[in-house]
Amino acid sequence: MSESEERPPFDHAEAPSAASQLFDLRTIIALLFAVYGIVLIVQGLFFDSEAEIAKAGGIHINLWSGIGMVVVAVLFVIWAQMRPLVPPSER
Amino acid sequence: MLTETMLSETVLAQTDLRLNTTALDYFFVIFYFVLVLGIGVMARRSIASSLDFLLSGRALPAWVTGLAFISANLGAIELIGMMANGAQYGIPTVHYYWIGAIPAMVFLGIVMMPFYYGSKARSVPEFLRMRFNKTTQRVNGITFALAAVLIAGVNLYALGLVLEALLGWSLALAIPVAALVVLSYTFLGGLNAAIYNEVLQFFVILALLIPLTVAGLARVGGWDGLSAQVSGLPPGPEQLSAWPGTTLTEIANPFLSVLGIVFGLGFVLSFGYWTTNFAEVQRALSARNMSAARRTPIIAAFPKALIPLVIVIPGMIAGVLVPQLTTLKEGGATDVTYNNALSLLMNEVLPNGILGVALAGLLASFMAGMAANISSLNTVFTYDLWQDWVRPGRPDEYYLRIGRMVTVVGCLLAIGTAAIAGQYANLMDYIQALFSFFNAPLFAIFILGLFWKRMTGTAGWTGLISGTVAAVIVDSLVRGGVIPVSSQAGSFLGASAAFVVGIAVAVVVSTVTTPKPDSDLVGLVWALTPRGRRGKAVAEGAGVGGEFPGGPAAGGRGDVVAERRAVGVSAGLEGPDEEEGAWWQSPVVLGAIVLVLTLVLYLMFW
Repeated sequence: MSESEERPPFDHAEAPSAASQLFDLRTIIALLFAVYGIVLIVQGLFFDSEAEIAKAGGIHINLWSGIGMVVVAVLFVIWAQMRPLVPPSER
Repeated sequence: MLTETMLSETVLAQTDLRLNTTALDYFFVIFYFVLVLGIGVMARRSIASSLDFLLSGRALPAWVTGLAFISANLGAIELIGMMANGAQYGIPTVHYYWIGAIPAMVFLGIVMMPFYYGSKARSVPEFLRMRFNKTTQRVNGITFALAAVLIAGVNLYALGLVLEALLGWSLALAIPVAALVVLSYTFLGGLNAAIYNEVLQFFVILALLIPLTVAGLARVGGWDGLSAQVSGLPPGPEQLSAWPGTTLTEIANPFLSVLGIVFGLGFVLSFGYWTTNFAEVQRALSARNMSAARRTPIIAAFPKALIPLVIVIPGMIAGVLVPQLTTLKEGGATDVTYNNALSLLMNEVLPNGILGVALAGLLASFMAGMAANISSLNTVFTYDLWQDWVRPGRPDEYYLRIGRMVTVVGCLLAIGTAAIAGQYANLMDYIQALFSFFNAPLFAIFILGLFWKRMTGTAGWTGLISGTVAAVIVDSLVRGGVIPVSSQAGSFLGASAAFVVGIAVAVVVSTVTTPKPDSDLVGLVWALTPRGRRGKAVAEGAGVGGEFPGGPAAGGRGDVVAERRAVGVSAGLEGPDEEEGAWWQSPVVLGAIVLVLTLVLYLMFW
C-alpha cells in the first residue's frame, strides 16, 4: 500500500491537510476479492456437493464467482501498480 | 400500526426464512467486517482537521466519489424494496432507475454542481445561507438533522429485521450491534472512512447481485425460460415491457400512466431527491476539484442505469422460482411478502460459500445507507448548527471534536428512531412520507432560487416551512382517511402539495420583501453567473482556483503537484497521462453517453 502523498501547504485554516490523501483503496478492494476468490475457488473445486451445484441450475457458481473475483482483484492490482498514488514530496 | 407489525412478524416466523449458513459463510462476513473496521482505523491517520473529517478534505478522485454516490443510495431498503417490486410488477420497476434517476443525476452534475461546488459551501444548508439568509440555513439544518436521524433509524431497524429473520438474532441485540459497527468506523475515519467503505460496499453488493442473477437465470432456463414462465403469472405479459407500466402506477389509462411516470416519478420525485439530498450531494462536494465534482453524479449514473438488470431480473426470477412468491402472485394465501424476495431467492439458488458473500453484501447495503445518514448529519450539525449558530469562532480542533461527538450521539439517537420506524407496517411508506416532508419543499425553493434572482431570503425559509406544513397536513388527511388514496399515492400527493405551496408562498413573500443585491448572488443564481463558471471552462480542473479567488479548497490547485495527483490518483478509469480536460472527462460528454445508454436500455425492454 503506497503512502499518502503530500499536498502543497495552504494558508487558509480550512485548507485540506496534507494527510487527506489516504492509503490506496484499490489495494483493499483487491485484497477483499483475492481472499474471497481463492476461498470460493477451493470450495468450488473440492467441496461442492452435487446438491449444491444443482441449486444454481448446474452452474459451478462458487467456482465461477471465485474466478471472477480473482480476475477483479488482479485488475485492481494492475491499476494500482500502473498508476500509483504520487509518492510524498518533502514539505 | 403496532399490532399490524407484530402480526406480520409472527406470521413471518412460520415460513423458515433462516439462511442455511455454515461456518464457511460466516468467514466471508467476518473477513468483510475486518476490512470495514480496518478502513476506519487507516482513515483515522488522515484526519487532521474538521474539513478532513467532515468533507474528506475535498481531495477524493471522481471514481471514488462517484461509486460512493451510488452506494449511499444503494441501501438495503432500496435493494429489498426494488427486488420486491421486480417480483410483483416485473420490468416496469426499471422506471425507478432509468427515468426516475438518470436524468436528475445528469442534471445535478451538469447544471447544479457548478453552483454547489463553486460556491464553496460545505453543505446544502450553507448554500442556502449564501443564496438566502441565516434563517433559511437554520431551518433547513434542523429539519435535515431530524430527517437524517429518522432515516438512519429506518435503516437500522431494517437491518435488525434481516438479522432477526436470517440469522435468528433478536432485534434488541441486532440493532445496537449494527449501530456499533457503523459508529466505530465513522467515528474513527469520518467521511473518508464512510466513503471508502461505500466504494467497498458497492463491489460487495455487486458480488451479491451478479451470481444471484446468473444462478437464478440458469435455474429458470435463461431469459427465454423466464419470459415464458413470468408471462403465465399475473399480471401477465406486461411484466416484460416497461411501458405503459399501468400495474406500477395503478392508473388504468395507459396514456395517463405514462404521463404519471414521466412527470410524477421522472420530474418531481426524482429531481427532488437527487438534487437536494445532502447525503448524496455531500459525496460530490468531497471531490477534489470542480471537474471531479461534476462527474461524480454522472459516473454514478452508469451503475445506476445498469444495476436494475441484476435487481429487477432476479426479483422476477424469485417470483417464478420461489413457491410461496408464485402463490402470492397468483393471489393465493401465503405467509411471505414480496419484501422477502431477496433472501428467499438467495436461499433458493446460492450454495454455501457464495451465500456468505451474498450475506456480507446484504449487511453492507444496510450499513451503506446508515453511514451516509450519519456522516451527512455530522457535517450539517457541526458546520451549520454548531459553528455558524451556537458556538462560532472556536479553533478547528474544537469542531473536529464536535464532529466526532455528533457521530456518537447520532448513532445512539438512531437506535431510538429505529423504534419509531418499527411502528410502521410498511417502511417504504414511512420513507416516502419523510421525503415529502423534507425534500419536496427544499427542491421547490432551491429551483426557484436558482432561476429567479428576485426571490428573497425571507421567501426562502417561509417557503420551506409552509411546504413542510402542507405535506404534513396532506399526510395526516391521508392517514385519517379524509383523502381516500393509497399511502403510495398519498405521499406523492404530499410531495406535490409541498412543492406547489412552497413555490406559491415563496413567490408571494418575495414580492413584499427586499431581494439581495445582484452582486451578492453571483455564482448562486443562474442568470447572474457568467457562462464560463457554469459551462465548459469550469470543467478544466486545474483552472478552477483562478475562477474562484479566495476559495479555501480550490486555491492553488493549479500547481504541478496537484496536477500530477489529478492524473495519478484518478487514473485507471482514466487513461494514462491525460489531462483532466480530455473529452471523455467532460461532464457533458459523459452525461450524454449515459443518457444514450439509458435510451438503449429502454428500447431493449420497451
